[in-house]
Amino acid sequence: MDLHIEGLNHRYGDMPVLDGIDLRIESGRIVCLIGPSGCGKSTLLRLIGGLEQPTDGVIGQIGEPPDGCLNPLTYIFQDFALLPWRTARGNISLVLEDHDLSERETGRIVDDVLARTDLSDFGNAFPRQLSGGMKQRVAIARALAVNPAVLLMDEPLSALDGQTRALLMDDLIGLWTREPFTAVYVTHNLQEAVRLGHKIVVLSRRPGRIRDQVTIDMPLENRPDAVSELADIQSHLWELLREEAQAADRELADA
Amino acid sequence: MPDARTLAGQPVMFRGGGFAPRPVGPLGPAVFIVVIGLWELGSQSGWIAPLILPAPSEAFAALAYLFETGEIWRHLEASVSRLVVGWSAGMALGVAIGFAIGLFSIARSGLVPVVAALFPIPKIALLPLFIVWFGIGEGSKIATILFGTLFPTVIATYGGVDNVDRSLIRMGQSFGLSWWSIVRKIVLPGALPAILSGTRISASIAIILLVAAEMIGAEYGIGAYVLLAGNLAATDQLIAGVAMLSVLGLTVSWLIGRAERYFLRWRS
Repeated sequence: MDLHIEGLNHRYGDMPVLDGIDLRIESGRIVCLIGPSGCGKSTLLRLIGGLEQPTDGVIGQIGEPPDGCLNPLTYIFQDFALLPWRTARGNISLVLEDHDLSERETGRIVDDVLARTDLSDFGNAFPRQLSGGMKQRVAIARALAVNPAVLLMDEPLSALDGQTRALLMDDLIGLWTREPFTAVYVTHNLQEAVRLGHKIVVLSRRPGRIRDQVTIDMPLENRPDAVSELADIQSHLWELLREEAQAADRELADA
Repeated sequence: MPDARTLAGQPVMFRGGGFAPRPVGPLGPAVFIVVIGLWELGSQSGWIAPLILPAPSEAFAALAYLFETGEIWRHLEASVSRLVVGWSAGMALGVAIGFAIGLFSIARSGLVPVVAALFPIPKIALLPLFIVWFGIGEGSKIATILFGTLFPTVIATYGGVDNVDRSLIRMGQSFGLSWWSIVRKIVLPGALPAILSGTRISASIAIILLVAAEMIGAEYGIGAYVLLAGNLAATDQLIAGVAMLSVLGLTVSWLIGRAERYFLRWRS
């Protein structure tokens, strides 16, 4: 299933947030959205997943979601959004309970996604007992449980410390290489973008417009060995972003 | 030869600690025993006149007499059943109204001003009216407790619903959970801590109103027993009745503590 965004405008009251966004998200690829803070990249993600309605423009699904897909557009949130009163298993089964699944089927899915995220021993732990990295793994497992067509990730690693971030990045790449998924990945971290993105979309400061789209054809699994090439792309992206980020920073200070 | 102390120079002065009171085991019961002991001593020695304050032993004898005759069970049964019926009805209605206010704009704008206007009225002032409406029997007593516990419960509940983490609700929506699932599995557990702490307030209001309501037109009940003792200047029975109220209050707060520990065991 592809997603197609055309002529998207969005405003909060009088303030334009997004302006004329055209974007195609292709199946099996990861699109990274980067941009200065307040450029509307998280808003764009909420619009794509139907949590907000655009002022103008269309967001269309092209093609059918895969078989057994319970929730085509599935988020992974920055703050994990786990229910503190449910165990890891309970948090995952939460999103399955509204579907007509037998108890055995639910149990099978939960066991499967726990195993895929290396959480099999932590099924009965409550969120407060888990570290930040483990919490985000539970959230990733929950997202995988509904077999999504597109994963919408809103700075999923930003709440974690540097070491945990590196570990989870490896996990995400491992998950993708074993079974390629489609994703929109919002981040302000350029390193994450060049490590994970097949296409990197650079947004300008508010109102967000697409400044540039950079395609990286290198397979994800080869990227750790291509440090210098990635560094070049990263500095190119930084050139694009630098002025915008500076201006956005000043804008905030004035307000 | 200089010793180690002078070699290490001036020791850094400790200035942390404190501000962390901890329970000291047997101190609580000890204070009870000392106060009651002094009181008994004062009464025995004639320093406290029996008419002003009976000796603890006399109050204890009055209590023992209640047990002997079995009267205590009649009083307790009448009081506890009024408390349970009135309080649970007030809680149920209050939680329902609180959820309506927390979830629906129409209920919020329509009911919040009404709640704000009725909450500060001491419900005991309405007791004569309730007697006219619901009769001098159980109806007016239960209605007093119901209305007294209703408003604090409404306020605690909708405050709790308002404070449920919106990112969790958005998560539920993003996974396509039904409205009813979101209310049941996300909003209700999220509001539960606030509802349970509201329970403590409404429970103590319920006990106060119970005693007041039982002072009018009740044959049995702790309030009736205390009032009769007062009218007869039987201060020993009065103290016995007050002690029963204290035990009743402690029992209720212990039960709420148990409920909190069970329902909120997911918290640290």
